Amino acid sequence: MDSQTQEYQEYYVPTQSYFPIVASVSLFCLAFGAASVLTAVENTGDMGMIMLFTGFILLFFVIISWFTKVAAESRDGLYSAQMDVSFRWGMGWFISSEVMFFAAFFGALFYIRVFSVPWLGGEGDKGVSNMLWEGFVSQWPLMTTPDPSLFKGPAQVVDPWHIPLLNTILLISSSLTLTLSHKALKLNNRTWTSIWLAVTVVLGAVFLYYQVLEYHEAYTELGLTLSAGVYGSTFFILTGFHGLHVTIGTIMLLCILVRVLEGEFTGKKHFAFEAVAWYWHFVDVVWVGLFIFVYIL
Amino acid sequence: MTTGTEQITAAEIETAEAGQNESFEGVQADTDKHTDATEHHHGPAKGISRWFFTTNHKDIGSMYLWFSLVMFMVGGCMALMVRTELFQPGLQFIQPDFFNQMTTMHGLIMVFGAVMPAFVGLANWMIPMMVGAPDMALPRLNNWSFWILPFAFSIMLMTLFMEGGGPNFGWTFYAPLSTTFAPPSVTYFIFAVHMMGISSIMGAINVIVTILNMRAPGMDMMKLPLFVWTWLITAFLLILVMPILAGVVTMMLMDIHFGTSFFNAAGGGDPVLFQHIFWFFGHPEVYIMILPAFGIVSEIIPTFARKKLFGYSSMVYATSSIAFLSFIVWAHHMFTVGMPLAGELFFMFATMLIAVPTGVKVFNWVATMFRGSMTFETPMLFALAFVVLFSIGGFSGLMLAIAPADFQYHDTYFVVAHFHYVLVPGSIFSIMAAAYYWLPKWTGNYYDEKMGKIHFWLSFIGINITFFPMHFVGLAGMPRRVPDYALQFADFNAVSTVGAFLFGFSQLLFIYNVVCCIRKKNQASKQVWEGAYGLEWTLPSPAPYHSFTKPPKVD
Ligand code: HEM
Ligand SMILES: [Cu+2]
Repeated sequence: MDSQTQEYQEYYVPTQSYFPIVASVSLFCLAFGAASVLTAVENTGDMGMIMLFTGFILLFFVIISWFTKVAAESRDGLYSAQMDVSFRWGMGWFISSEVMFFAAFFGALFYIRVFSVPWLGGEGDKGVSNMLWEGFVSQWPLMTTPDPSLFKGPAQVVDPWHIPLLNTILLISSSLTLTLSHKALKLNNRTWTSIWLAVTVVLGAVFLYYQVLEYHEAYTELGLTLSAGVYGSTFFILTGFHGLHVTIGTIMLLCILVRVLEGEFTGKKHFAFEAVAWYWHFVDVVWVGLFIFVYIL
Repeated sequence: MTTGTEQITAAEIETAEAGQNESFEGVQADTDKHTDATEHHHGPAKGISRWFFTTNHKDIGSMYLWFSLVMFMVGGCMALMVRTELFQPGLQFIQPDFFNQMTTMHGLIMVFGAVMPAFVGLANWMIPMMVGAPDMALPRLNNWSFWILPFAFSIMLMTLFMEGGGPNFGWTFYAPLSTTFAPPSVTYFIFAVHMMGISSIMGAINVIVTILNMRAPGMDMMKLPLFVWTWLITAFLLILVMPILAGVVTMMLMDIHFGTSFFNAAGGGDPVLFQHIFWFFGHPEVYIMILPAFGIVSEIIPTFARKKLFGYSSMVYATSSIAFLSFIVWAHHMFTVGMPLAGELFFMFATMLIAVPTGVKVFNWVATMFRGSMTFETPMLFALAFVVLFSIGGFSGLMLAIAPADFQYHDTYFVVAHFHYVLVPGSIFSIMAAAYYWLPKWTGNYYDEKMGKIHFWLSFIGINITFFPMHFVGLAGMPRRVPDYALQFADFNAVSTVGAFLFGFSQLLFIYNVVCCIRKKNQASKQVWEGAYGLEWTLPSPAPYHSFTKPPKVD
């Protein structure tokens, strides 16, 4: 606040912009399209596909042009120090909301493990629920569901000490390499910035490769699927949304890498870099939670 | 000064102006200069594209407010259909399934389409002016937050015309009603909710960033107007709970289409889990709908009592504690669902605790008025009704919070009476009050005071006729969400329906008044209200397109 008392650089309020409305139309197409494809009543499926596709195109277009514009505005020196703080707060609170999104799924996992499965198995306060499926035994991982005719439990679960451990090492080292890259950028050492950044991208991509491999094994060999009872449900929703975030993060890192190679950012001014780095560290932390609570325990 | 029943004229105001807003040093001169400058360079764009492409907080605020008014009318029509069916026992007007769709859509539209956007609209209009900022912190994002809403609600409304009808599972969409037994359109509903969530989260980020980063020099946190404070806390709540809502509808989507069993006990899940997650979002959500209202009332009462707000800092702390407590009381909606005894006790006592900070607030409002020189213009009338009627809703909430008693009250019309007392004369009245209070600042013209008063009294009477009898039928055991009911409830229900129509149609007066106020010239002064205090009153009426291009100094 105090910095303003001296000379005040006007806060940049962009003039009219078509990005928001196009982005809204694209969300509409995505939502309506996805719902139509999923429900597929009366051949709305085809129309749904078209809308979904349109939505993606529009979204892609908006994201590219919006970020290009922001980068250009930043280069033109339109952004004051105060504006920079706005971006920082904005990104920070966006990540907080993402944390809460994962919190919903972690909460579901804990509730199921601590309450609902034991109750169904006749343990604890509401153990009377055992009368629903007498003989059901509470266990975790839940290999036999209360009603195996509806939900056939998994034959096996993923061994945490193979792919998941490897993935943990990959992600944690990617956080380190990203920090090294950031350090290098602060020192204006662009070669090492790019090298470490590229290494980070590769680590992210390798992580994703192993994640796909793991899913493939889960489906083909372990019988661990989305419909394998609540173990499969929680396993896939948590790892799936995490994987999605890693994918997005990797793409963003790649964009940043391109921008670094094009000579953008200075040792002092590189908020886009930092924002993506925050995001990446956040994704990393979520993974540690997953590794502990989904895979090991 | 005048007794208040008459219109306060511009001339009278000008004489009073010398007083309280002087502390904002050099503001007048500065802003006048700026209006000149900005009018030439970037006033509003011409034509319809102004609204699609705008980045201006006032334009966006207006769009939010109009959108919310439209939704209020749509949701209101649905409510009137419900009330018409309930006028008499038996089925005469609509079929049960359509009745369920109407109650569901009414709830969803009022919560997400009317109340929340109205508050966001007010935030957009007022927060930059109140903290001395040029605009919201992230203007393009701001416009995106708005434009998502019309699209989300068109999807929502379209479901009514789809095969199997629209959502019919209540605004709380409990699984398995909303999963296993839902109409196919539930998928559209899920994606519409996702869109609203995105909109709310971005809106909340914008509010937080604006408040934390855009305050004029000297505008310390503990000098912020209470409307700004309550919105800051509301925005935190939004950021923390909207993602939870997104999470829970995602799990529904997975259960419906991808074979998971989160809410299906056959696979080891639990339908009660749905309720826990929903209410972890839902209870903070009800505070999202009331905290900004607290802020508005805390602005209006001091103005018309011509006294400073009593206990400013205690208001701030009370609001924060309410926000904190709202995260640990959610299961008071689930007393009858089968929780361990320890849970029942914990949630009962935690809920009752909320009455303490709420009581602090009511006490402060009353103390502000104590020995003030009060006048009763329309905004003040609404604010006063708010204090009284919201307290009634708070007290019935306390009754519901008593777990053993709630076994009797739960899912009866008593609950309906409770939340309508907090939502209609609470949230809606505060929005009305805010509209009347700031209309002269927005449009530059005074509204018709007499018509405003008539609108108030009709609404006040209508609301009480509608909702008070619901306490009685509820205590006597009439269940909620039913199209038909036992004969002994007939009289009170007929009364309720009459009240509902009275309330509904009186709102037309409001619309008429607003439109006239925009059109007719009845020039308002800068100060507008004699006792008004704050940066927004240092700007001309109507407020210039860009408020404070250069931050004013606040002492
Ligand atoms: C003193 C503060 C309050 C207390 C102690 C309280 C308590 C309760 C309780 C215990 C219930 C559950 C009743 C049942 O289903 O059996 C309830 C329902 C409800 N409350 Fe409140 N409440 C308070 C304030 C509010 C406020 C400020 C709002 C909104 C502005 C609100 C909106 C609602 C709604 C919408 C429901 C019904 C939800 C549903 O089942 O559809 N309450 N309240
Ligand atoms: Cu509640």
